[in-house]
Amino acid sequence: MIMNIQKFSFTYASATEPSLKNINLPIEKNKITALIGPSGCGKSTLLRAMNRIHDLYPGNTYDGKILLQNKAGSMEDILEIKKENQFIELRQKVGMIFQKPTPFPMSIFDNVAYGLKIAGVKDKAKLAQKVEEALKGSALWNEVKDRLNESAMGLSGGQQQRLCIARAVAVKPDLLLFDEPTSALDPISTGAIEELLVELKKDISIAIVTHNMQQASRISDYTAFMYLGDLVEFDKTETIFLNPSQKQTEDYITGRFG
Amino acid sequence: MRLLINRFVLGLSTLSALIGLAFLGWILITLFVKGISSFHFNLFLTDLINGGLRNLIVGQLILAAIASVIGIPLGMVAGIYIREYGRGKYAELIRNLSDIMVSAPSIVIGAFVYAIIVVPTGGTSGFAGSIALAIMMIPIVINTTDSMLSLVPKELREAGIALGASKYKVIVDIVIKSAKVGIMTGVLLAFARIVGETAPLLFTSETSNYFSLDLTSSFPSLTVSIYDLANEPEKASRDLAWAASFILTVMVLIINLTGRFITRNKG
Repeated sequence: MIMNIQKFSFTYASATEPSLKNINLPIEKNKITALIGPSGCGKSTLLRAMNRIHDLYPGNTYDGKILLQNKAGSMEDILEIKKENQFIELRQKVGMIFQKPTPFPMSIFDNVAYGLKIAGVKDKAKLAQKVEEALKGSALWNEVKDRLNESAMGLSGGQQQRLCIARAVAVKPDLLLFDEPTSALDPISTGAIEELLVELKKDISIAIVTHNMQQASRISDYTAFMYLGDLVEFDKTETIFLNPSQKQTEDYITGRFG
Repeated sequence: MRLLINRFVLGLSTLSALIGLAFLGWILITLFVKGISSFHFNLFLTDLINGGLRNLIVGQLILAAIASVIGIPLGMVAGIYIREYGRGKYAELIRNLSDIMVSAPSIVIGAFVYAIIVVPTGGTSGFAGSIALAIMMIPIVINTTDSMLSLVPKELREAGIALGASKYKVIVDIVIKSAKVGIMTGVLLAFARIVGETAPLLFTSETSNYFSLDLTSSFPSLTVSIYDLANEPEKASRDLAWAASFILTVMVLIINLTGRFITRNKG
């Protein structure tokens, strides 16, 4: 288990009602965990809590524990983090990919090297080697190896998304969070990203929010179904899709609501 | 009936557009005809005291350049503050004040600088003129910076934070880079706006007939001299004012077009 979420509740600054209520969810090591549920159920909110990106916006309140495995193998509560350098460490351990590709306005090389430079890699040869590794690992190397110094803005949407994955993979995170990473992409790019995720889980644990239930059933090992801020059911993906124990889960999976 | 109303409204709006454009065209044509007839390349080579405009053009550009050196960094930093760091009432107050300042009558700014600099220092100076122009420029730059930064998607900021970058690094490396073209265009348009101003200079820098680089005394200004020359009784002076107006218009036009050109090619 790479992460263990315990009795986690979350309320946005602008809201009176909590958006997440008493969530318990394990994220298994080297597996893909999918979060599914209708819009507004809190799945993105939960995902964004896992690297505390919510802290960019003041006034949100939370309760409970989000335990993350540290180097020594024991679990530490990331909600206890207060210092800037601890945050930097957390985000290097828990990376994030967004719905819309977010290439930075710089060259392809500099995009991938950005996180590495922040992590303190200065040696040019080492940077080049790690960038190459990350791009190969994200199945983008062959497409961009001749134009590493060109702007990342010139890539196609699918390529940009794989670049963002390469950028996140480059710092060797333990856990990668994907927030609907393919919903802005065409089917072929989506297929490429899905293959990539399955490939990546050999080294990295993955949590993914998706609206696409076929996607969840195709690539994930575990699935959590959420509804109105509650985690309704969590189990092996197979079980959730073929033999759910909750009526609500079955109704959603079979398309009766949502 | 509906068709009739439609035609009527269409005709009316076309007519209004034509009237507006006609006046603009009239101004430009008058300016060009009168300007070109008194325009001569010697105007760029001699100073006003000898019937040329050289000192005025150089002076005007120096005043605007110094104003830019003061106003652009201040405005940009303030714009970055209210968009990226400012929270709640304080930032909102600065934003509203800056909005009001953009539409502050320029003669009022001139009078203000007259009161706080010209009177205490005992006389008009190029320095006072530049300050007045800078005060005009700051709110324009604040507003442009603020609105250009607001166009940068929040996911881009989050992506930087999610890679472990500090907020400061995200702003410097990513956000400002993304908004660079927009901010540059805004700054250029702000420059175009102040380079043609008369009122803030009228009683701060005044103008001078001689070539001068001394910012502590009255400083040559194209716009103030146009105002003076147009009030002279001799035709030669008024012709010179036309030529000066023509040159000023062309200058502002070129800066504006450059700004638009940058936006089009990068936007």
